[in-house]
Amino acid sequence: MKTAEVISTLTEELIRNHKGLVLGQCLTAVGWVGGTVPKLPEDPGLIELSMADVAGGSIAVGAALSGRRVIYIVRYQGFMWYNAASVVNYAAKSKDMWGIPCPILVRGIAMDGSIGPVASGVSHAMIARMPGIVVTAPMSGSEWEQVYNWWLNHDDPVYISESRRSFELDEGMGNTISDNPVATLIAVGAARISAEETLALFKTDSINVSNFGVVWLKPLALSSELIESVRQSKVSVVVDSDYESCSMATTIAHKLQQLTGRRVDVLGLEERSAGFSRESDNTTPSSSTIHNYVLKRLETENMVNK
Amino acid sequence: MGSNRDIREKIQNGSYQNQYHEELSDREITSIWRKWVFNQAFESQVAKAIQDKRIYVPSYLSMGSEHVPASLFHVLKGYHLFAQHRAHSYYLSLGGSPDRLRDELLGLETGCARGRGGSASIHDPAIRMWGHSGLMGDQVPIAVGMCLASGEKTITVMGDASGEEDYVLAAFGFAATKKLPILFVCEDNDFSILTKVETRRSWSITDVAESFGVASREVDDSPGEIIGATKELSVRLPALININIARGGWHAGYGTDGPPEWNRMERFKSSYLGTQLESELSEIEEEERDRASNIWNSAAV
Repeated sequence: MKTAEVISTLTEELIRNHKGLVLGQCLTAVGWVGGTVPKLPEDPGLIELSMADVAGGSIAVGAALSGRRVIYIVRYQGFMWYNAASVVNYAAKSKDMWGIPCPILVRGIAMDGSIGPVASGVSHAMIARMPGIVVTAPMSGSEWEQVYNWWLNHDDPVYISESRRSFELDEGMGNTISDNPVATLIAVGAARISAEETLALFKTDSINVSNFGVVWLKPLALSSELIESVRQSKVSVVVDSDYESCSMATTIAHKLQQLTGRRVDVLGLEERSAGFSRESDNTTPSSSTIHNYVLKRLETENMVNK
Repeated sequence: MGSNRDIREKIQNGSYQNQYHEELSDREITSIWRKWVFNQAFESQVAKAIQDKRIYVPSYLSMGSEHVPASLFHVLKGYHLFAQHRAHSYYLSLGGSPDRLRDELLGLETGCARGRGGSASIHDPAIRMWGHSGLMGDQVPIAVGMCLASGEKTITVMGDASGEEDYVLAAFGFAATKKLPILFVCEDNDFSILTKVETRRSWSITDVAESFGVASREVDDSPGEIIGATKELSVRLPALININIARGGWHAGYGTDGPPEWNRMERFKSSYLGTQLESELSEIEEEERDRASNIWNSAAV
C-alpha cells in the first residue's frame, strides 16, 4: 500500500474502532488531504474546523484531554507556527503538570517547494524544542504505522512531520549500509528521498557511502549501525528539509559527534526566505547538492590528511 | 446596554437598572454568603502569606469577585470548568479542598496540582476543574474542544483582557456553529493589568459573541443578576455572560491602588441591615473567617 492509503486506513480504524476523532480544516475537500483521510463525510468522528488555526489547534487539544484519541491534521506544516500554541503549551505539559495525559496525534504536512515563504519546508524543530511531546518523521507506510501504533499504546502527544512526497511511496525506505564507508548520510523526512537518489551518483564515483533514515527525532533513536558507520566514515552529513540553524539536523549531528568523536556536518534549507518562483524557492537539498557537498568535504579531509 | 464606561459608572453610582429580579430565599442567600465570605477570608489569608513570604510565587487574588463563582455554581452543577489565573474562588466555590489549595499555593506536593501549578494553574479532576497552561485565554478553545469531544456541559472563565485573544473569539464562533453546551463567563474588571478596556478596544465582548450566534448578557456583579443571567442562559447554550466586577487589589500580589470602584460585599451586606438576616450573616461571616484562619494556621510550612 502507498503511504497515503496506510494513513487513511489507520485513520478510519481509529474512528470506527477506537471512538477516535479526526479534526482539521478542509478535510473533506477535493483530494481528502492527499488521500490520507477516509471518505466519511457524514461521520461524526470527522470534524471540520473553521479556518482559525490557533483556536483549531486548541480545540483539538481540548478534545484529546477528554480521553478520546484525536488526530489533528495541519495541511501545511508551516501553519504550525499558529497551531502549535496549545499543542506544545498544553498537550505536551499536561501529564507533567497535572498527571492528566493529552494524547493528541498531530500531522503536520510539509510541501516541498512552490508554496512560498510561510508554508514551505518543515518546522519539526520548533515542536521538538518543547518537552513532553514525541516528534517523528515517517516516510513509508510501515513507518507511519509504527508511529501510529506506538501512539495508540502510549498516552503521550505525538507529532508526525509528514511530507506530501511520502504519500505516493509504495515501498519501505531501507537503510544502505556499505562496507568500509567513506561517507555516511543521515537523512530525515523528504531529504531521505534525495539522499537515496545520491547513492547512484556515488556509485558512479566508486565511493562507498552508507545512508540511514531517522524516523524518531525526539526521543532521538539512532541505530548502532548508524553510529558505527559515522565512526568509520571520513565525512558524515545530516540532511533535512528544515533550516540548519537550531534544527533537528544540528541536534542529531551534535549527538553523533558526542557518540563518535567525529565531525558531523549539517545540510538543510538555505538561510533565506523561500519565494514562490523557481529561482527564489528554497527546498530540501537535492541529490546533486548533497553529492557536491560530500565531494567537497572529502576533498578537504583528504587535503588535511595528506 | 451602552459602553463599558457607561455601565461601570452606573454600577458605581448605583443607577444601574437590574435586568433580573431573582427572588432568593433566605437559605439561598446564606448559602451564597457563606461561600462568598469564606472565599474572601481565604484570599485575605493568602495575602497575609504573601506578605509573610510564605508564598513566593506570583499569586492572583480574586479580591472583589469572590462572590461570582459562588453565584454561578449556585445554579450550575456538574460542569467541566476551565479557568485561568485569579481562580482561587472558583476552586473553592466548586467544592475544592481549601487545604489542598493552600498547599498548592505553598508549593507543596499535597497541593491540588501537586505544587506545580501554583496560583495560576489550579487543577483538580475530583471537581472537574482543569489546569491552565499560562497562555492567556487558551482555556476557552480548549474548553470548547472538551465540550465537543465529551458532549458534556462545560464552563470557561476569562477576563476582559484574555477575551480579546483572537483564538477566544474564534472559539465562540466554533461553539456557535456546533451548538455546543458551553457557558463562557467573562469577569470584566476593566483592566488588563492597569490598562483599561476603553484604551484597548472599541467593541464589547457581548456584541461580538452575539454576532457569532452566542446568546450573551452584560450584567453587574450582584448575586441576583449573576444568578438570573445564569439561569436564563444555562438552558440556551452556547452562551456568554460578561460580569462587570470591581477588582479589589493589584493584578498580582496583595496590594491595592486605593479603594475599588465599588464594594459589592458591603453593598450586599448593608442591604440586609435591619432585617432578620442581619445577625445570621454576621455569624456566618465570623464562622467562615475563623475557618479560613484555622486552615492557614495549620499549614505544614
